Amino acid sequence: MTTTLYTSDHEWLAIDGDVATVGITDYAQSQLGDVVFVELPKIGRTLKKAEAAAVVESVKAASDVYAPVTGEVLETNAELASEPALVNSDAQGKAWFFKIKIADKSELGGLMDEAAYKAHTA
Amino acid sequence: MPVRDDQDSLKKTPLHGLHVSLGGKMVPFAGYDMPVQYPAGVLKEHLQTRSAAGLFDVSHMGQLALRPKSGKVEDAARALERLVPQDIVAIAPGRQRYAQFTNEDGGILDDLMVANFGDHLFLVVNAACKDEDEAHLRANLSDDCVIEQLSDRALIALQGPKAESALAKLCAEAPSMTFMDAGPHKVAGLACFVSRSGYTGEDGFEISVPAADAERLAKALLENPNVMPIGLGARDSLRLEAGLCLYGHDIDTATTPVEAALEWSVQKSRRSGGARAGGFPGAEKILAHFDHGASRRRVGLLAQGRAPVREGALLFADAAAGEPIGKVTSGGFGPSLNAPVAMGYVPTALSALDTKIFAEVRGQRLPLTIAAMPFVKNTYKR
Repeated sequence: MTTTLYTSDHEWLAIDGDVATVGITDYAQSQLGDVVFVELPKIGRTLKKAEAAAVVESVKAASDVYAPVTGEVLETNAELASEPALVNSDAQGKAWFFKIKIADKSELGGLMDEAAYKAHTA
Repeated sequence: MPVRDDQDSLKKTPLHGLHVSLGGKMVPFAGYDMPVQYPAGVLKEHLQTRSAAGLFDVSHMGQLALRPKSGKVEDAARALERLVPQDIVAIAPGRQRYAQFTNEDGGILDDLMVANFGDHLFLVVNAACKDEDEAHLRANLSDDCVIEQLSDRALIALQGPKAESALAKLCAEAPSMTFMDAGPHKVAGLACFVSRSGYTGEDGFEISVPAADAERLAKALLENPNVMPIGLGARDSLRLEAGLCLYGHDIDTATTPVEAALEWSVQKSRRSGGARAGGFPGAEKILAHFDHGASRRRVGLLAQGRAPVREGALLFADAAAGEPIGKVTSGGFGPSLNAPVAMGYVPTALSALDTKIFAEVRGQRLPLTIAAMPFVKNTYKR
């Protein structure tokens, strides 16, 4: 059973046990425009909550993607390197960025559920 | 996400309502509320312009008439030569030329297009500089010329391989014009100024139209299925691939035309030994750069990887060097090249084609190669 939560910076986290799969929301990709490059964190790196973890670049601009929780990077989505446009076509599915081992589940408390995120972007 | 601020203080072009109705994403640019992109997006808009035709609203740019008090256009041309290093006298009626206003230090105050309309000169200048340019012209040329900012005109660029056929339906003379021809023409029955030029590297036209008729003309052009509206985002990626300078970024008051690799735009008649050598602001420094070289130079930069190298990135001679050798002045992703493209300034000694240098991006040194510009072959109709 996975639960999906959202940050105010437009990242989503699909939580399965103590592992979160992280990406950017469909709203975020629509604001960025055509994505041409994604830089992912190194596997094994320990990210602190709110630290810049990845970079997503459109034709016009580069934007940081922040770690929504503290933890170790377990896996990254290699497909994004060869096909960054996946972020536009399937932001909340195939275009996940990385998987992180959640160090402190209490950090999830400050995140939004889908209804709250929808209200945040309305 | 950026907040849209001060909407009310932003100026609107005569095509503002059309942009909004076409779904344009409006952003502040040079004091105007302008479309950065339409629903198609920057990538598609860019490729559309290279493969068919794109329509750009560039009404924010300044349009000026320089009328000679003597009635002789060569007197206006001679007067303007006091402010630019170009040969203006040699611009034949019906032709235009790229120029720069220079300052006493040899830097560039603005870059512009100058057309000879037979009895007066027609100037197109950058939006952010237009009021200063007008004041500069008034302060220096008022004895010889009447200077008029044509703020009641819009400016529409139509660019791409299908631009000629699209404009031909509304202006029968358009196909017979060649690159840098410019003059008054009727377009859809409207009193327009048409030039065969642009800012994309593609064949195309810029059409100055009375503000009241601008929307009608834009709509008539957009009725053609080959023509799509294009925002400022693609305008920037198109000009970057074409190796064209953006004022305030690639050229400014601290860069001379020689440093900026714009020697081609300064005719021999204004250089040392020419018939009218010098006589423009900063001539001493600019001619010294022509005669002895400048210490730095604007170059094209191609990356090996996929990461765009953007404006402000510092350049280094090698992967470990401590001191930067220069800076990227424009950079991004080139949709037609499907690769990152950039331009910037490096020491002249390191400006030869194929020289390997590095840019620092997010703390990493990325390898770059000095490359020829334009990055994408231009298709001007000569």
